[in-house]
Amino acid sequence: MIPTPHVDWFALSPVLAMLCASGALLLVAVLVPRAVRRPVSAVVCAIGFVTAFVFACFLDARSPDPTTVIADAMYRDRWGALAQVLIAGCGLVAVLISYRERMRDSHVAEYYALLAAAGAGMAFFVEAGNLMTLFLGLEWFSIALYVMCAIDYDLVGSLEAGLKYLVVGAVGAATLLFGSALVYGVTGELAFDKIAAAGHAHDAMLVVGLAMIITGFGFKASAAPFHMWTPDVYQGAPTPVTAFMSSATKIAALVAAYRVLVTAFPHDDRLWTWAIAIIATISLGWGNIAALAQRNVKRILAYSSISHAGFMLIAVAAANTLGAKALMYYLIPYCAMSLGAFAVVAARERELGEPVTLDNLAGFGWERPFFGIAMWTFMLGMLGFPLTGGFIGKFYVFAAAYEHDGFWWLIVAGVIATMISAVYYLGVVRAMYFRESAEMQLAPAGGAADRAGPRCRQWPDRVSGRGGAVPGRA
Amino acid sequence: MDSWLTTILIFLPVAGALLVWLAPLPRYWAGSLAALVSLVEVGFWISALGRFDFGDPSLQFDQQATWFPDLGVSYHVGMYAFSVWLVGLTVVVQAACIVYAWWVGRARPRAYFGLQLFLTGAIVGVFTSQDLLLFYAFFEAMLIPLYVLIGVWGGAGRMLATIKFVVYTVVGSLLMLASIVVYGLQAGTFDLVEMGRSTNTWIFLGFLAAFLIKSPLFPFHGWLPEAYRESPPEVSAVLSGVVSKAGLYGLLRIAIPKFPEPFSDFRVALLVLASISLVYGSLIAFRSPDLRGVIAYSSLAQSGLIALGLFAGNDLGFDGAVLQMVNHGLVSASLFLLAGMVERRTSTGEFRLLGGMARGRPALATVLMTVGIISLAVPLSATFAGEFLILAGVFQQHWAWAVVGAVGMVLAAMYMLRAISAVLHQDVGPAVPDAALDLRGGELAVVVPLVALLLVLSAWPAAISGHAFGGDQATRQIQSFAEAASP
Repeated sequence: MIPTPHVDWFALSPVLAMLCASGALLLVAVLVPRAVRRPVSAVVCAIGFVTAFVFACFLDARSPDPTTVIADAMYRDRWGALAQVLIAGCGLVAVLISYRERMRDSHVAEYYALLAAAGAGMAFFVEAGNLMTLFLGLEWFSIALYVMCAIDYDLVGSLEAGLKYLVVGAVGAATLLFGSALVYGVTGELAFDKIAAAGHAHDAMLVVGLAMIITGFGFKASAAPFHMWTPDVYQGAPTPVTAFMSSATKIAALVAAYRVLVTAFPHDDRLWTWAIAIIATISLGWGNIAALAQRNVKRILAYSSISHAGFMLIAVAAANTLGAKALMYYLIPYCAMSLGAFAVVAARERELGEPVTLDNLAGFGWERPFFGIAMWTFMLGMLGFPLTGGFIGKFYVFAAAYEHDGFWWLIVAGVIATMISAVYYLGVVRAMYFRESAEMQLAPAGGAADRAGPRCRQWPDRVSGRGGAVPGRA
Repeated sequence: MDSWLTTILIFLPVAGALLVWLAPLPRYWAGSLAALVSLVEVGFWISALGRFDFGDPSLQFDQQATWFPDLGVSYHVGMYAFSVWLVGLTVVVQAACIVYAWWVGRARPRAYFGLQLFLTGAIVGVFTSQDLLLFYAFFEAMLIPLYVLIGVWGGAGRMLATIKFVVYTVVGSLLMLASIVVYGLQAGTFDLVEMGRSTNTWIFLGFLAAFLIKSPLFPFHGWLPEAYRESPPEVSAVLSGVVSKAGLYGLLRIAIPKFPEPFSDFRVALLVLASISLVYGSLIAFRSPDLRGVIAYSSLAQSGLIALGLFAGNDLGFDGAVLQMVNHGLVSASLFLLAGMVERRTSTGEFRLLGGMARGRPALATVLMTVGIISLAVPLSATFAGEFLILAGVFQQHWAWAVVGAVGMVLAAMYMLRAISAVLHQDVGPAVPDAALDLRGGELAVVVPLVALLLVLSAWPAAISGHAFGGDQATRQIQSFAEAASP
């Protein structure tokens, strides 16, 4: 008889909560009348995420010491629990963003079911304790996301986005699987801690396996040079899905990557910290430079998410306690800013009925003060401006890089990247505030406006004795 | 109460800004509320001035609360004697600017006045924060309101002006951020009072980049002409009068005391840069075709002069530099506001279109003449006292620097008299309508207090130069900034 392992249901509770919500939503899709299906399915999905959030908080509080559970296949520790808290939070916000977006009645419950399933997969992924559960979690949330990208098949680019994500994502997953197989072949072990015990430094096959695992994570975290899919998919996918992907997928991929690298490959740490540092630098460079050339706001945010992956990979590369703290801290403001920025874009899209570009953002900040201030805050936060969480995140990341010997140049790379990013983040602000919207703009009547002209127009000028008329130049 | 005073000075305007932005007041109340808050802020500063003990060189009105315990970062604010003067400059100039904007009227008043108040809080924060990270936060927080104030309410060339301004300042401050991270982690704390000296040249250069761009000094002044020309006049006044002093303050509080060895290695190079700024700025000001250009480049020249005093590194130089910071703040704020008033009447600042405005406008002529005369440092004026102290200080380094400084004073007379003459005297310019009025009551109420303060300082410059450092020992206090760590 096969011995059955003891199952720690509490460790799985956040995953199960989201999974139950997903199942319930599939029932909603057939049982609940069409008229109320939209609110009911959103509420069920939200309840699933809230329950997962609460369970994950309790899990965090009750797991002060890391242990492995369920035949050592899963970890029960604060690292995973905190990531689950974040994932559930992102899912909840994604539900809120989706509600107004999913106006059509078709597929609405299925959409929420997929959202909850993706959340459950990510929550499973970050707890994974061996290569098998790791791959299982990866495929679980990826497949849900592939479908979500393509769910609005009549939206321009949505099918393309789904297909592109499917093909590239499958390559990434296959690479990860191949790498796992090589690692298993060398060490004969699946659990991360046993791989660490069985492996030797500079074993050629192990190093190849490690490289392939890093590549697989690179695809999921959309770090350059594995980022090619990101701008197209982020642009084409429905905006709430993009919001969820850009936040929750990053959490899952980076948190799991840190766990795998630190626990399974401590003997090759010199190798992989350098590899990650180089990937981080490329992401920072390419993400920021390419963002400069974009006009479509979703593409700008996509490239910005690549550069943020670079920042978080600096924390991974530091591979010390401060680095772990920095990564976990950075994810919180990053997710908030990313979800928020895409939510604003979604709102503007609904208003315009067309993709949001820097040109049709003109005057948006004055027309919609709340969205304007919110976008302001998100852009400044992404830029890492003081008084925002983004600044403290970057500060922690730099501090972590400094603590790791020989990685001070990552600080320089990060600082240069931030300088470049100022141009496009502030460019969004400029587009929203400094230009009047197209219908408000007056046709130029010969020559540039006089300095005193536009400002004084509202206030008839008493002191010049001219009633505010703009005088001609002599 | 005393320990809360600094915090109140920082956060009263910020709270006012939030009130203006969020409270559902009628839009025309925004300016009144902002003016009221800025005047109350001046009141708090006067109260601080009364309670401050100028004989005590230690930090006063200080308050500390932990922020990130694991990295040694805290919310730590307080004032030294020179901070009191710079805070005073900030609140007075900002009050004048806000009242002026209120009197003139600005489109989108809630956004405008909220940003002005927020800016006030950020600048006061820069001058009072005693934790490096907090200092950086306030240093950057100044940038955002300025960016929007120029970008939304500026002139026709505002887009280029904001881009240049932001790119220059962000580059500088991020280099400083890298320095702050490395310096703070090496020292194990970010508290400016506890941090010891450092000998690392790269860290020093990072700080220097930020401060020289903000001041600005010669090769880093590319953002200056556009920003000063395209801003609304009261924003130019704040930029040149107060914000540029944040860079000089950084030199005085951080770059010079914390890095004595790198500073003495670079002293000659820095003195050269300061001298070039002084002479070059003065020459361009002399050739400038418009009023704001003259004031903008004269600000560059004055930054060079103040930097000469700081880099002299002795009692006279430091005392003179602090006095001159306040003098120049008041002078250049008054001049930019006056330039705005002239532009309001003529819609231009170009000298070839101006002229003859003195005739029939005695108040304008008197005020502009008074400020102009004070700014070119005639003997008995406050600026003369400041420049004299600076020259005497820098003379102790080498006589050649004092010669450069004296040349700068002569050039100042040339460009300032040319500007005054081109606006007030000569034939009536084509852009000057006969109907253009003299300064109105509201305008006088803004400028006259600034001029009055300058006259008071002219009568008693030692109010600042003798009370800028606790116990009148500038060098001893500057040295103590680096030694506080080792008990």
